[in-house]
Amino acid sequence: MKASLGPLLYCWPKEKVMEFYKSVADSSIPLVYLGETICSRRRELKFSDYMELANMLRESGKEVVISTLALLEAPSEYTELKKQVDNGEFIIEANDMGAVQAAKEKGLPFVCGPTVNNYNLASLKKLHSWGMQRFVMPVELSKNWLNTVISVEKPGFEVEVLGHGYLPLALSARCFTARHQGLAKDKCQTICISNPKGLLAQTQESQPLLRLNGIQTQSAACIDLSPEIGEMAKMGVDYFRVSPSGMQCIEIADQLFEADRTGHIATTEDHCNGYWYQEAGFNRVG
Amino acid sequence: MELLCPAGNLASLKTALNAGADAVYLGLKDDTNARSFAGLNFTPKKLQEAVQFTKKQGKKIFLTINTFPKPGEEKRWYEAVDIAANTGIDALIVADLSLLDYAHSRYPHLSLHLSVQASATNLGALQLYKEEFNIERAVLPRVLSMKQVRDLAKVTPVDLEVFAFGSLCIMAEGRCHLSSYVTGQSPNTGGSCSPAKHVRWQEEGADRLTRLNEVLIDKSGIDEQMGYPVVCKGRYITEGDTAPSHLLESPTSLNTLSLLPELAKANVVSLKIEGRQRSPAYVEQVTKVWRNAIDTYLRDPQNYQTQAEWDRALSKVSEGQTTTLGAYERTWQ
Repeated sequence: MKASLGPLLYCWPKEKVMEFYKSVADSSIPLVYLGETICSRRRELKFSDYMELANMLRESGKEVVISTLALLEAPSEYTELKKQVDNGEFIIEANDMGAVQAAKEKGLPFVCGPTVNNYNLASLKKLHSWGMQRFVMPVELSKNWLNTVISVEKPGFEVEVLGHGYLPLALSARCFTARHQGLAKDKCQTICISNPKGLLAQTQESQPLLRLNGIQTQSAACIDLSPEIGEMAKMGVDYFRVSPSGMQCIEIADQLFEADRTGHIATTEDHCNGYWYQEAGFNRVG
Repeated sequence: MELLCPAGNLASLKTALNAGADAVYLGLKDDTNARSFAGLNFTPKKLQEAVQFTKKQGKKIFLTINTFPKPGEEKRWYEAVDIAANTGIDALIVADLSLLDYAHSRYPHLSLHLSVQASATNLGALQLYKEEFNIERAVLPRVLSMKQVRDLAKVTPVDLEVFAFGSLCIMAEGRCHLSSYVTGQSPNTGGSCSPAKHVRWQEEGADRLTRLNEVLIDKSGIDEQMGYPVVCKGRYITEGDTAPSHLLESPTSLNTLSLLPELAKANVVSLKIEGRQRSPAYVEQVTKVWRNAIDTYLRDPQNYQTQAEWDRALSKVSEGQTTTLGAYERTWQ
């Protein structure tokens, strides 16, 4: 089992994104997902910028996957998606069935991202027959679920589990960040850029609950499955995904597979692992 | 344009058909559908009765099997498809790939509608389900603007159904984990959003505290009108703020009466009323208003106007007694 770095889910200024991926290039992370998956209004980086980054990372020895939008609504978004699929060099992470279709039509292999509904082996096999090489387990599923699915026979596709970072929980047409700032979605000024880790929402009892990231809702707590790595490897998980939350996530991904490391990866934050144990996602077991 | 109404039980089904529904949709009494609440839904025997009653009236009946089969327990979902096929159901409403595959290969003549839980919002997704499983219709998630519905309707390879009225899901359906994050159960895995066993109300002075699995999702005045407690309609505080607010959405219902002409012009084939979990009285009230509205439109499309009494009647049965056009209206987004 190896580490992977999920797509950056936040809107950061271009220079910061460039700096971030320069550090990624110097890291030991073998697999990197790259691209805007949340909102087509975020235009800090253009398609050509992502391709440039992808090439730079490949030259550093990384396997690169181009991640695509999770909620495809406007015809223009679907056109853009087809352009990404047609990039000619890198495979895509399909985060919507529309992206699966776009890859399938072209006879191109793809990775199924965590926002494509995959809840049983028969569905996974269907996707595999259409070209799915790897799938990222939907975040609400558990160790038991995965065991049942992959223990019967060694699947013909690879398995990736989101192991560290804030959980992607929901997608809406509404932009919660713009709304919170009193801005219309169509005139949002890409305001998400002011929340590099999303906007934290707490209950009226000061319990951190959610994280608003444009049209996406994330968990307030950071999932941390690093103590499970040994067991995951035994089960046959191929990649442990770290979802970028800041520069420090590169160090976290780098340390995951250090031989003498045990327990939780260093984090001062509120963390959770409930889904892995088939409990409420925000629970912390153990 | 079809008026498609919810039937949580036989009483609601009869009420809906008598009040003017063209078609009804319902689920079996287990977790094969996303409204798996105690006291709701149909045993296979009741389903048979429901089919007979509906057919006698010359109307249509659709069975909802829109949750995702659990590994090792798939049989229950396949059996639900078998039951539907052998009972004379007019169409199955399905979300899961493996179930679509099963239904399409075993019962090629059984009409398939793609459930909203499959979250198909774009041409590519619709093409995939059409090419692979020959779906006849897709139910669109409540995340598209009216313009996007119109654009999609021009190119879609399948018929389109939209939500016209009822509880407003503001997230792309089938891909929302808010309920499972807090309770461990989601519509996809457990058959319901925000399961009642996790809901607790608590009175504290003049306040009512609403808890979901002990998490305080709202604090309201005792007399305030509240909707069913779900994570997306709670009041929270962001970093930097002091006052709580409905950061995602306030308790409100979707009401598209004013969009009826546009939906008709876009060739949307079916208007869905949400609410299998609601009472026969709700079903009757909502069905009557929508029957009236559709008939009024069809009689004289040019001069259609929403009547104030329709809106009033619908507001009474709406969450928080308020309604919205939701994502259909760009400014809502």
